[in-house]
Amino acid sequence: MSAVLFDVPGPQAQRRARIGAAVAAVLATVLVGLVLWKLAAEGEFESELWEDLRQPNIARAIGQGLTSTLSAAASAIVLSVAFGAVLAVARLSDHRVFRIPAVIVIEFFRAVPLLLLIMFVFFGFSNLFSDYWSLVLALMLYNGSVLAEVFRAGVNAVPRGQSEAAYAIGMRKSQVMGSVLLPQAVTIMLPAIISQCVVVLKDTALGVIIAYGDLVFQANLIAESVNHTIVPLALAALIFIVINYSLSRLATWLERRFAERGRGGAGGTGTADLQLDPVRGGAGD
Amino acid sequence: MDTLVENRAEIWEGFRLTLWMLLVSGILATVLGTVLASFRVSPVGSLRAIGTSYVNVFRNTPLVIILVLSAAFWPTVGLNSIGVLGYSTFVTFAVLGLSVYTAAFVCEAVRSGINSVATGQAEAARSVGMTFTQSLRLVILPQALRAVIPPLTSIYIALAKNTSVAAIVGVPEAAYVMRRLSNKFTSDVYAIFLGIALGYVIIVLVLSGLLQLAERRLAVAR
Repeated sequence: MSAVLFDVPGPQAQRRARIGAAVAAVLATVLVGLVLWKLAAEGEFESELWEDLRQPNIARAIGQGLTSTLSAAASAIVLSVAFGAVLAVARLSDHRVFRIPAVIVIEFFRAVPLLLLIMFVFFGFSNLFSDYWSLVLALMLYNGSVLAEVFRAGVNAVPRGQSEAAYAIGMRKSQVMGSVLLPQAVTIMLPAIISQCVVVLKDTALGVIIAYGDLVFQANLIAESVNHTIVPLALAALIFIVINYSLSRLATWLERRFAERGRGGAGGTGTADLQLDPVRGGAGD
Repeated sequence: MDTLVENRAEIWEGFRLTLWMLLVSGILATVLGTVLASFRVSPVGSLRAIGTSYVNVFRNTPLVIILVLSAAFWPTVGLNSIGVLGYSTFVTFAVLGLSVYTAAFVCEAVRSGINSVATGQAEAARSVGMTFTQSLRLVILPQALRAVIPPLTSIYIALAKNTSVAAIVGVPEAAYVMRRLSNKFTSDVYAIFLGIALGYVIIVLVLSGLLQLAERRLAVAR
């Protein structure tokens, strides 16, 4: 527990904490129970609803939606990493011709809501891109720009001595970047990249604005067909929570592993210098 | 370009709604997030569990789902008409959805802010006899809130952009206006996009400027 706030509690404090815990647990249970009871009273959990939801075509629709969500997210994350790497290299370049356009691109796409980008690609290039590619490209533009900054932070977090040593033994600039800085930076950045996967996965849900048939779109269709909104959408939310929670745990685990290896390795890789919050730098998108 | 000028009244209305949602849900999310953060660092086990589950549920759910559920949930539990200051009920539902979503991120930012306060500070507070609430309110939170401004800045910026998602549930804010205009004036999509995007860029720049100013104002030598 966070030692900042309290000392190791004594017997009396422990008793008080236990009583408080019981009271809070009871209150929370009562509150959740009241909400569920009210929803049940309004007929949100009627037995017909569950019969409707057990139909095979509902399961198929959810499966289709999940597949669409995952495939869009997978393409988007691969393209984002590539786009982000290109932007980051341009951003770190010594030449202004590359650096300035990269800064403009990164700052612009990070400041514009993703929903606008999706609509723009879809409406602006409607004869060029399908709904799938509109979504994937918009996700790439936004997340690529976010990842570019992550990559930049990662490369800058590699201790200066590494690049100095590489220059000292006569490596060229591209060699220093390619065989010394990037391999070390990737290890540091992997947790942040995985956290960004969570963001991408959540953001594919914005595809509903262009009627892309993802999980949320299918859940909405089901909600309309069974005339109940809460259960089908809560189900979709549950699927997202399970996937995203697992990804977040993976990111945290990797980060801890790298941190341990960084401490154990000779001289350290500087992992500790980089404050890459596993709790997504993007914060809320 | 003409499309933007001709429809400036509608665009302005859209951005006014965007700013209103940003303001109200920003305040609500900050309050709720801080309460949740105090749950997550409290010595009471079940409060910690509540805070942790809240964060894990709301941070991992797409905002669209939360907004759609919010629009369905509040009327079902009996909140049918809560228009505030002339803004319609479904704007309020969207604001509530945005608030509960953003609160999860605020909670994490505040929690890491609290953990960034040096242990000695709290130990000193306790050793002069302050209670848990006193040391939190008088010693730790004032310091934590300063440490928390940079992450909060990016949360508020994300919130400003996230208000656009309310377009999906039919709130006529700026992104909704963009969709309507893009459908109506198909030849002008580029100008419409650039115009509305510029509006968001300005909001983001002003917001980060203001918060940087606050950061510098509040900075104390530590």
